[in-house]
Amino acid sequence: MAVDTPSQSVAKAAGDSVARGRSRGTGKPRGAAKRSLSTHWYAWAMVAPVIVVIAVIIGYPLIRGIYLSLTDANERNVARSIGVNEIPATYEFVGLDNYTEALTGSQFLATLGWTLVWTVSCVALTFALGLALANILNRKIAGRSAYRLMLILPWAVPGFVSVFAWRFLYNQDNGLLNKILAGGGIDAVPWLNDPTWAKFSVILVNVWLGVPFMMVALLGGLQSIPSEMYEAAEMDGANAWQRFRHITMPGLRSVSTTVILLSTIWTFNMFPVIFLLTRGGPGEATQILVTQAYKFSFEVSPRDFAQSSTWGVLILVLLMLFAAVYRRVLRKQGEVW
Amino acid sequence: MRRGIAATALVAALGVTLAACGSDSGSDGGGAKGSGELSGTVTWWDTSTVGSEDKVFKKVAEDFKKKHPKVTVKYVNVPFGEAQNKFKNAAQSGSGAPDVIRSEVAWTPEFADLGYLAPLDGTPALKNADDFLDQASASTQYKGKTYGVPQVIDSMGIFYNKKIFQDAGVEVPKTIGELKTVAAKIKEKTGKTGLYLRGDDAYWFLSFLYGEGGNLVDAEKKTVTVDNAAGVKGFKVVKDLVDSGAAKTDATDGWNNMQTAFKDGKVAMMINGPWAVADTYAGKEFKDKANLGIAPVPAGSAGQGAPQGGHNLAVYAGSKNLDASYAFAEYMTSVETQATVAKELSLLPTRESVYIKPDVATNEMIGFFKPVVEKAVERPWIPETGSLFAPLVTEYTKVLTGQTSPDAGAKATGDAYRKLLKDWK
Repeated sequence: MAVDTPSQSVAKAAGDSVARGRSRGTGKPRGAAKRSLSTHWYAWAMVAPVIVVIAVIIGYPLIRGIYLSLTDANERNVARSIGVNEIPATYEFVGLDNYTEALTGSQFLATLGWTLVWTVSCVALTFALGLALANILNRKIAGRSAYRLMLILPWAVPGFVSVFAWRFLYNQDNGLLNKILAGGGIDAVPWLNDPTWAKFSVILVNVWLGVPFMMVALLGGLQSIPSEMYEAAEMDGANAWQRFRHITMPGLRSVSTTVILLSTIWTFNMFPVIFLLTRGGPGEATQILVTQAYKFSFEVSPRDFAQSSTWGVLILVLLMLFAAVYRRVLRKQGEVW
Repeated sequence: MRRGIAATALVAALGVTLAACGSDSGSDGGGAKGSGELSGTVTWWDTSTVGSEDKVFKKVAEDFKKKHPKVTVKYVNVPFGEAQNKFKNAAQSGSGAPDVIRSEVAWTPEFADLGYLAPLDGTPALKNADDFLDQASASTQYKGKTYGVPQVIDSMGIFYNKKIFQDAGVEVPKTIGELKTVAAKIKEKTGKTGLYLRGDDAYWFLSFLYGEGGNLVDAEKKTVTVDNAAGVKGFKVVKDLVDSGAAKTDATDGWNNMQTAFKDGKVAMMINGPWAVADTYAGKEFKDKANLGIAPVPAGSAGQGAPQGGHNLAVYAGSKNLDASYAFAEYMTSVETQATVAKELSLLPTRESVYIKPDVATNEMIGFFKPVVEKAVERPWIPETGSLFAPLVTEYTKVLTGQTSPDAGAKATGDAYRKLLKDWK
C-alpha cells in the first residue's frame, strides 16, 4: 500500500491517465520509476540497507536452501577447496525427488507425529500452568515479588545451562531425582533411557523452561483488566469461576492468542532441549523435525545437505500453514492480529 | 588486516626457506633438520580421554618446542564423540580446522576420500615407516597413498574387579554363557551387577557381533552382512544380556556412567580398551592397581571377536604450516614419544621397536593387549567405514531399549548401509 501511493501520485502528476502504476506501462514506467527515484531518493536510501541486509541474511540462505532441496547435494559432491585440493561440485538437480521421498517414507511422517504431540502437549501445559501461576500472583499475597522473582528464574538462566542441569538430575544411577525416589523406596526411573520416559522427560523440561514466559505475558494481560469489572460482577453475584470464565478469559484473549502462536512456533522448533538432553534418543524416540534436519546435515556421514534442506523447507511450509489457519480462525472471531 | 599481511609474509618466508632446503629434507628422510628451521603454529586436535590421557598428551605435544623452538604447538582437546563432525565442519568451510588431527582409524579413509587430508608419502611424517605394525598401517592407506601416521593401536577386553570376583567366588567368564552365570552369581552374592554394556555407542557392540561370526559388511564381495543370520544373532545376544539382568546399560552418558559404575565398584565387569586404563586406575576401587584384572572378551558361538581400533595422526590439507605439521606428526609417533605414552598411559605403541623397550615390555596392560590386537578383527578400510556407525548406533539403542526387535534392528541397519553403499548387495 505504502509503495503504491507515491507511484500513483507521480503518474498523476505527470498527467498520464492511462498508465497507472507499473503493470500497464507502455514505455513510460521507466521514466516514472526514474522520477520516483529522484523524488523519493532519500526514502529509498533509508530503506536500502534494510533490504540489502534482509536479502543477504534471510533471502540468500532461504533461496539456497530451497535450491539444495531440489538437488542431491551431500558432503561428497559439493564444491570445496582445501589447501591444494580443489574439488568441483558434482551434485545434480533431481527435481522434487527429495520431497516425494520425505512425504512417502515413514521417517518424516513418524517424526512429524511426535513433533505435533510434543508441541501440543508443551504448549497446553505451559499455558495452563502459566495461567494458573499468573492468577495466583495477581492476588495480593505475602511475598509476591519474591515468588515472581523465583518463577522468572528458569527464564533467566541460559537454556543450555538448565538443560545440562536437568541432564544431571535425570541420570539413572547418579542423578538426584532417582536418589530422591530411592529415599521413598521407589525404583529408579529410566528418565532418558526408556523411550516413553524420555518423551515425558523432554516435555517436562520444556514446560519448566516455558512457564515463566507464559506467566509474565499473562500477568501483564491480567493487570490490564480493570478491577471495576470484577467488582461489578461480584455485585451481580458472579462466583469465582464465573468471573474467571467471563471476565478473565475474554480479557486475556488478545494476549493469549499471541503467546500461544509464538509458543507453538518456538516449541515446534525447540532445538536445544531435545538436542542437549537426549540428542533425539534413545534411538529416534524424541527426535523432532528440526533435530532430525540437523542430524542429516551435521551428524550422519556423508552429511546429507539435500535431505536436510528438504526437511527445513517442509518445516517452514508447515509453520506458515499453521499461522495462516490460526490467523483465519482468529479473524472469524473478530480478533485483529 | 595487519595480522593478515604478517601471516602471508610468514608463509612466503617459510616457502622460501623450505625451497632452499628441499633437497636435503628428501635425502635424510626429513625430521632431522637442525632446530630453528621450522616455524609457525601447529594446532593439534587431540581426542584422548579428558582427566587422564589428555594431561600426558598435552605435555608431550608441547615438548615439541624443545626440538623446534620456533614452532608453537596449540593443544586442543576435542571430545572424541564430537571430533569427527567438528573436523568435517571446519575442514569443509575452510576455517577453524586444526593442522593435525588425531583421527580414529575409521575416519582416516573417510577424511581422505573427502579431500581433507594431505598425503604423507615422501614427507618427514612417515619416517621409518617400515617399523609400523601392519595392522596399524592398514587404515592409513587410501587409493595407494598414505594419509595418516599410526599413533596408537588398540582392541577391547574385559576389565574386571578382582575383589568382587573373589567375594562372589567366581572365575572370569570365557563365553557369553559363562558371563551370564557369573553375573547371576555376582548379583546373588554381592548384590552388584555383572557387566556394564554401553548402549549409546555401537563400538561396544562389535565384539558381540564378531563373536557370533557377524560383520558389518564384506568389502571384498561388496555385500552388506550386518543383517544376515549371524548379525541378527549378535543383536539377540546383547538384548538377552540386558534383559536377563546380566548387563546394565544406558542410552545416554554411557561413557561416564560406565566409568563411574566400574570405578566405584558398582559393577564387576566392563568391556573396554587400553584408552580406559589410566582413567580406571584413578577410581577409588583401583587405588591398588592390582585389583584391576583384564581378560579377553567372552567368546560368542563363533569365537572371540574383539574389534581392532586405534588412532592415526592426519595432517589437514589446508594447513598453513604443512612442514611443521609433518614434523609434529613424526615427533608424536616417534619411538621416544610412543615409549613415554606407553609407560604413562599403558597405550599400545604402533612401532614394533617400542615394544622391546624395558618399560613397555614389562607393562602388564600392554603385555595383555599386544596378542589381542594381533588377533583382533579389522574393519574394512573403505571411505564409508566412518559412516557405518551412525545407523548402527541408532538401531542398536532401539533394540536395547525395546523399541524394535533384534531382527528388525539388524534389517534397518542393513537397509541403511545399502542406501549408503551404492550397488552393494
